[in-house]
Amino acid sequence: MDLEQLILQFQKKDIKAYEKLYTMYCDSISGVVNNIVKNNTVAQEITQDVFIKAWNKADTYSSKKGRFFTWILNIARNAAIDYTRSKSFKQSKQNHNADFFVDILETSDNLDTATDTIGLKEFVTKLGAKCKSVIELLYFKGFTQKEASEELEIPIGTIKTRNRTCIGELRTMLGV
Amino acid sequence: MNSKEYIASGILELYVAGSLSEKENQEVYEAMQKYPEVLSEVQSIENAIVQLTAFAKKDSSYAFDDIKNQLKVDAPKVIPISKQKPNWLQYSGWAASLLIGSFLMYTIYQNNQLKNQIATEKQQLEEQIDKASNSLAEAEKLITVFRDKEIISIPLAGQKVSPTSYAKVYWDKKTKSIYLDAKGLPTPPKGKVYQVWSLKLNPLSPTSLGTLDAFTADNNKIFTIENANESEAFGITLEPEGGSISPTLEQLYTLGAVAVTS
Repeated sequence: MDLEQLILQFQKKDIKAYEKLYTMYCDSISGVVNNIVKNNTVAQEITQDVFIKAWNKADTYSSKKGRFFTWILNIARNAAIDYTRSKSFKQSKQNHNADFFVDILETSDNLDTATDTIGLKEFVTKLGAKCKSVIELLYFKGFTQKEASEELEIPIGTIKTRNRTCIGELRTMLGV
Repeated sequence: MNSKEYIASGILELYVAGSLSEKENQEVYEAMQKYPEVLSEVQSIENAIVQLTAFAKKDSSYAFDDIKNQLKVDAPKVIPISKQKPNWLQYSGWAASLLIGSFLMYTIYQNNQLKNQIATEKQQLEEQIDKASNSLAEAEKLITVFRDKEIISIPLAGQKVSPTSYAKVYWDKKTKSIYLDAKGLPTPPKGKVYQVWSLKLNPLSPTSLGTLDAFTADNNKIFTIENANESEAFGITLEPEGGSISPTLEQLYTLGAVAVTS
């Protein structure tokens, strides 16, 4: 069953199809959430909520509006950002100092050895500061092109080309 | 823009990030339908991002079983029903309160109406009791008059104009008053009144005792009239309203002489 079929089945409330989609994207979604909330326990709770929410509003997804992954990524970023505005997050904020996803990667000692053989950890460590910040804002934080351009104080067109270059490097390394 | 240039523009990377506007998303979707190479490029970018983001998690993967029992299979069907239920409850609640409210208003209105009615009836009853006790007193007074041996009773017989008419005078010489029972007289025509006369017979000289202005309105048709004359007879004539100085004898309705023995 290809991705398109899986998504259609999911929209018809097929639990088995949804389990496959969950397996495909769960780690990515929890990674994005963890990068925002910076707490494993909270990240797990939010990730589970995100997948329950996506299931409940399955009929609102349309492939014409974007990729399924992008859709669920949006739900996750919004849920995580909502949490950062809560009281409990503000109280625990002082306990961490990792700003970028790369910091999480660099300080991580729990990385799956199978995936680490790809050398991603080494790659992101070597990523230039320019790539780190643009990937952080666009994929982990959900900034628009314009918002990212304002945040980094670089022209909007530069965001697009720089991002393409950075993702290109990543793809070369991953072989995709 | 051909597909190669489109791919090179960097827009597809932003598409996967979700950074594009709704319109741009639509354009990319159309390009993907049109060019298979655009679709496969998007899939590759997505693949890279899925792997990259997965590295930002620290602990192991979460099991699907943890959320499985929280996924409602019939969720989309349940939602509209559960939405309707509180609505019905709400509507029936409002309807019930409206009903109760209007019933309450109606009851209060009824209560006030009844109170007014009772007040009116009470007043009427009091008036009736008052009247009854008055007429009882009057009747008792009449009985004492009729039984008093000092009082002279003089029947007045019907005359030529109205042979069926009759009346009776009870003369109390002590109080110098007469009680005239005029029940036997017909209702006078409009513009006319009965006038009562005290008569001396030799020679015939009438003295007016007054007109019975309240004849029609009076129920028992008994009139108390002052009479200080040495009357020998009493007569009643029909006169124009306001009365006359001397009796119109053609309109003499009743006449009766006082018995000589007294």
